[in-house]
Amino acid sequence: MKSVRLTIDGRAVEVPDGTTILDAAMANGIKIPTLCHLEGVKDYGGCRLCLVEIKGSPKVFPACTTPVGQGMEVTTNSDRLKEYRKMALQLLLSERAHICSVCVANGACELQSLASELGVDQLIFERDWPELSVDLTHAYLVIDRNRCILCTRCIRVCDEIEGVHTLDLMLRGKETQVVIDLNENWKNATSCTGCRKCAKVCPVGAIYVKGEALSSTKDKEVAKFITERRRSAFE
Amino acid sequence: MAEEEREKQKRFRYRINVCCSSSCISLGALKVLKSFERAVKELGLEDQCKVARTGCPGTCSAGPVVLIEPGDYFYEGVTPESAREIVEEHVIRGIPLKRFLYSVPEFFSKQKRLVLRNAGKMDPLDIREYISRGGYAALVKCLTKMSEDDVINEVFKSGLRGRGGAGFQTGQKWKFVSKAAGSPKYIIGNLDEGDPGVFANRTLAEADPHAIIEGMIIASYALKAEKGYLYTRAEYPLAIETLKKAIQQAKSLGLLGEKILGTDLNFDLELRLGAGAFIAGEETAILASIEGMRAMPRPRPPYPASSGLWGKPTLIQNVETLANIPLIVLNGGEWFSKIGVPHCPGTKCFSLTGKIKNPGLIEVPMGITLKEVVFEIGGGVPDGRRFKAVLVGGPSGGCLPESQLHLPIDYESLTKAGAIMGSGGIVVLDDESCMVDTAKFFIDFCVDESCGKCTPCRVGLVKVRKILERIGHAKGVEKDIDLLAKVGEYIKEASLCGLGQTAPNPVLTTIRYFKEEYMAHILDKKCPTGRCDMGAEGS
Repeated sequence: MKSVRLTIDGRAVEVPDGTTILDAAMANGIKIPTLCHLEGVKDYGGCRLCLVEIKGSPKVFPACTTPVGQGMEVTTNSDRLKEYRKMALQLLLSERAHICSVCVANGACELQSLASELGVDQLIFERDWPELSVDLTHAYLVIDRNRCILCTRCIRVCDEIEGVHTLDLMLRGKETQVVIDLNENWKNATSCTGCRKCAKVCPVGAIYVKGEALSSTKDKEVAKFITERRRSAFE
Repeated sequence: MAEEEREKQKRFRYRINVCCSSSCISLGALKVLKSFERAVKELGLEDQCKVARTGCPGTCSAGPVVLIEPGDYFYEGVTPESAREIVEEHVIRGIPLKRFLYSVPEFFSKQKRLVLRNAGKMDPLDIREYISRGGYAALVKCLTKMSEDDVINEVFKSGLRGRGGAGFQTGQKWKFVSKAAGSPKYIIGNLDEGDPGVFANRTLAEADPHAIIEGMIIASYALKAEKGYLYTRAEYPLAIETLKKAIQQAKSLGLLGEKILGTDLNFDLELRLGAGAFIAGEETAILASIEGMRAMPRPRPPYPASSGLWGKPTLIQNVETLANIPLIVLNGGEWFSKIGVPHCPGTKCFSLTGKIKNPGLIEVPMGITLKEVVFEIGGGVPDGRRFKAVLVGGPSGGCLPESQLHLPIDYESLTKAGAIMGSGGIVVLDDESCMVDTAKFFIDFCVDESCGKCTPCRVGLVKVRKILERIGHAKGVEKDIDLLAKVGEYIKEASLCGLGQTAPNPVLTTIRYFKEEYMAHILDKKCPTGRCDMGAEGS
């Protein structure tokens, strides 16, 4: 495998060809914020938190889906990027009902910790929350669409790792929602195996297990672990 | 066959072309067609007079339109009752009936009709007519005299740029697909326009479906792609019907399918219908839709040229781009490169709508100024009102004021002014239009059409609309303008695809060119035009 040399925030790094900027940064201990990236499943490019700058282009690029290039000079933390990340969090926090004090994910929420990490402590936009449905029909899995940030980690883990594709999206734009089978109640979802992977990877409190502390449910490594085990089984 | 058909056509002294495009049909064109057929029959003129059903010559507001050849006499607003009178006067006495003659010759004065070469003059449902007008000669030339690389080089030499809006070099794209590893290769004709006030692609498909099909077959030869999809929306029933019949006729003459015209070329063309989402015209979303998934864009790279449909190299071109291909092959790339302006050769079709005397579909050489389009071709603003702005590029285009009308129409100059070429929509606004309300109208459209995948577009546009609503309800504050500009710029920079990257344009350009109108809404709590909810007296 050919290797590629580039610099990230002035640090010289070397990674295999085909690696994304995000993976290259993570492998070298450089943190780039993200909400939709999940190791072990395909990248989505939706949350736009991991935007970076590449010398020679006025544009910004999502680190999760941009492959590294020889001699690339990547900046991950310019003032413009910090502004953009805060803007993305501002938008997400004002989009749907994110009230930490009454949320099951309080204290174990990636949106909450990123907001605090990046200094988002005031909302500049009007809260304009829709009233979306909560599905409590399953024996132990719950989906509260009011807390969903549409990162689609649950959909990708359900499709690519569990292989059942119970979850998907319906409608579009601000109406977009995660649905179960063809918009069924969860208890009637014939394809669902009840594996809980969706709850393990949800970055917020949108999908969770009834009566279980989120800190013990969450497992961001689950997709990566299974993917690696599968790979090693074939080697 | 072309000769045979031309001989057949020559037998007629007159040809009566009745426009039966969607817009004329809605005005009763089918009844007009029947009346002409009946009149010709009753007057015993069937040997001298051919009554043909055609596509749109472009003069949509004047429908139902009838074009009588020779001499290109244009009759407008024709009623079924007047058909017989027109035949009696024009055909029997040889005197055109002045009462119905189209009175706006300047509408065609500055046009150059290449893509729309056959529109309004040919029966789109009769492949023989297309062939008699030089159709499929380019394909024959490719198959008999040109190698695959010759064709690609000709397209490259022409300098043609994608007419879907982004303006990427077509020849460059063909080279990428040609060199890309992977098989099979696919070709997609993109006929998914969904912008309000834009109907150029639909009209082209209704008037000249074979130009698109021929362009696709030539691409299949040049790129060794054996499968093509023509993607359109279910909301275009007449275009669909026309294309279906055209594909069927091309198959029956051996121009589509296996061993085309007896050569080794195989090309299977399939019509695919989408449910009609604005986003489905984006090149990566169209892939998802054809693959049977939700039409959502995906990040690039990989580009469709290297990894498109089912991961295979795929050429995606707007149908207007494709309709240019036969002309380039026939006349040479160099001929094409001399039309328009050097960095942007050829012509562009525009749908001309809004507060304008002569709305319709036009085709003009690139580099023509907006002023010529609006005032000379379009005839300016009707009802004694004054021109205020022109929205160029559809709902995610920019609102340009009078001071920008000197701009030549090409991709770069429009982008610099804050607009886009887009799919060719030009909407004219007069002094009665409130710019805050106009911006909100187009943002509304993009809010509804955002696919929901990325944060800036899905949420940002909703917030922009909210702020505009606040300003419209007399609750705006001065810093709202900065906030609009800040969020607008963010959405443009950070969005995943072209929809989000251009959606804030109407807001950003109205702030740039009509800031005083925003200030009036915010500070005086009044709308200078009195046209929006706020009213001239304020709320």
